[in-house]
Amino acid sequence: MQNRFKPTSRALAASAAILIAAGSAAACGGARAGDETAAAESCVDTSGDTIKVGALNSLSGTMAISETTVNDAIHLAVDEINAAGGVMDKQIELVDEDGASEPTVFAEKAEKLIREDCVASVFGGWTSASRKAMLPVFEDNDSLLYYPVQYEGLEASENIFYTGATTNQQIIPALDYLAETGVKSIYLVGSDYVFPRTANAIINAYAAAHDIEVLGEDYVQLGGVDFSTIVQQVNASGADAVFNTLNGDSNVAFFREYSNVGLTAEEMPVMSVSIAEEEVGGIGVENIEGQLAAWNYYQTVESDVNSTFVEAFKAAYGADRVTSDPMEAAYNSVYLWAATVEKAESFAVADIQANADGVSFESPEGTVVIDGDNHHVAKTARIGEIQSDGLLYTVWESEGPIEPDPFLEGYDWAADLTVTE
Amino acid sequence: MDMLVGQLLTGLSTGSILLLAALGLSLTYGQMGVINMAHGEFIMAGCYTAYVTQQVIGDAGVSLLIALPIGFLVGGLMGFILEALLIRRLYHRPLDTLLVTFGVGLILQQVARDSFGAQAVNVSVPEFLRGGVDILGTTLPKTRLFIMALAIVAVTAVTLVLRFTPAGRRIRAVVGNRDLAETAGISTRKVDAATFFIGSGLAGIAGVALTLIGSTSPTTGQSYLVDAFLVVVAGGMGRIKGAVIAAVALGTLQAVFETNSTASLAKVGVFIVIVVFLQLRPQGLFTLRTRSLA
Repeated sequence: MQNRFKPTSRALAASAAILIAAGSAAACGGARAGDETAAAESCVDTSGDTIKVGALNSLSGTMAISETTVNDAIHLAVDEINAAGGVMDKQIELVDEDGASEPTVFAEKAEKLIREDCVASVFGGWTSASRKAMLPVFEDNDSLLYYPVQYEGLEASENIFYTGATTNQQIIPALDYLAETGVKSIYLVGSDYVFPRTANAIINAYAAAHDIEVLGEDYVQLGGVDFSTIVQQVNASGADAVFNTLNGDSNVAFFREYSNVGLTAEEMPVMSVSIAEEEVGGIGVENIEGQLAAWNYYQTVESDVNSTFVEAFKAAYGADRVTSDPMEAAYNSVYLWAATVEKAESFAVADIQANADGVSFESPEGTVVIDGDNHHVAKTARIGEIQSDGLLYTVWESEGPIEPDPFLEGYDWAADLTVTE
Repeated sequence: MDMLVGQLLTGLSTGSILLLAALGLSLTYGQMGVINMAHGEFIMAGCYTAYVTQQVIGDAGVSLLIALPIGFLVGGLMGFILEALLIRRLYHRPLDTLLVTFGVGLILQQVARDSFGAQAVNVSVPEFLRGGVDILGTTLPKTRLFIMALAIVAVTAVTLVLRFTPAGRRIRAVVGNRDLAETAGISTRKVDAATFFIGSGLAGIAGVALTLIGSTSPTTGQSYLVDAFLVVVAGGMGRIKGAVIAAVALGTLQAVFETNSTASLAKVGVFIVIVVFLQLRPQGLFTLRTRSLA
């Protein structure tokens, strides 16, 4: 082929490399282990009228879609605390950093926040990959991270406070709810990465112990958008319900296909653990109305604290904005940190760790209490139904906050659970 | 038997989506040899065209039909500008073209994010395309049938244009032997620009149609880009016929693998098949025979 711009094999190889790099950027990324051996002397400056803290969220890249909302919530909490007089009479100075949806960047920026900006603590992270990448940085520098997103559990670092749900505060209540409503068989659909794989291992163990049949388990690569075969298999399986651990854009394609082949919430309800108020708009309410979700917080939770929170958020960022679970958990994390500092009368990491147990906050979702042993918080579990206005409404909630149990030690059926990370 | 028919139908439908996404690329990459990493973003531009049109018009059915030609123009114009400003200056440097268009793709994603927000937006499916149709025991969503029909129309149109119009003849002449075509008085610059316009416009149309089944977000284009390149490479550079067969074959393979394992494993299977196939037949399914010396 006589072609003056014929692509060379080198160019093809390079294009393949870029495609692969772009494709896997969101999914993986090695942790940049802290290469410093000795914990650095803390450089946090507590002498002035202000105290610096960091917000580390993806403001660009694929995860920006979710994490910018968390960043907004962190700013709201900081502004509110400052307006009320600050923490230990110091105004909080928030330093923003962009994790760029890239675990390695999260690790670098965390290091920068700790060492150069000398922040007292950091709020942020979303994907488990980003948390795992930051963990060694916070441990090596003996600093603190507040992580605001529900996750797969099986972790408890001295240097991380987990303010989102662990599995026994989200997935297990969701299964309890399904079992209560008479579901005898389920089909599992998830994105192919650590959270859905772990969640489904737990679900399989639960199902075996509770007489529920798992009719199928399917994984789609992150960002996958073709669900014709999967939805056909789900349809043919005749399961009582679907447990959905898909992430991001895949949900849009899944629910469109689901409603287009004529499946409805009455026939075969879908229980989702990654769809909150923010995502419903993109999927289209007509495709998802009546389906279920499991979280700890919805914008519609009825309490004075929540109406104040929602009003303040809309006043700050626009009346068309919605509040969601991860945002609320991030908002709580700032208040929990401030309360712990006040209790410890110190910004030092060791003092915060020593005084964290039992620190509570009257949050929009209800009372949340830090567990000093595993650094998670006790939270109320809620099952929500998506209604025509695009919001989720509680149809079931746990009796009071559930104690966090990240390693599922309190569940007999989970004893043999072998989860590979 | 039912199972087999079901898989074939699913394969056809998946294949037509692949084909629609890859058709424009088979012109710009297949015929012209330009590695355009921003092709996915042209698809995304088509998605947002459908969204904006629907916001303005309201009725989902009417706006879909109007958005198709507008999507063609939006995608085409973006491609035309990209070709005139950057690609034209880099025709001898494929590696640079690759990096530059990759950068342009990132810029376009950020532009979409800044103008429409990072969250996915909703494009409603028109009433007459809701629900499914039972064909031989398999339920196919009407949206997929629509995309199949659109893919057939688009392929037919491109084939007819290439074969029977003067412009199409010029494009084929330039692809066949650029120097000879130039000697014969064809302005290769204009032909390049026109080919790029049509190829990118087809990406825009694909984008409009894909809102029916997928999400509309700044990163939407990325999910189709890799598959589109695969279709063109496996089909053989420069042959629309190859792209059609490759798209349907890949779609069916994916469906068959997926029924017997999980979707992400099926993807691995498809990749392995393609790697083996390209080892045996590096030039793809079909090749363009030319009388040129190189």
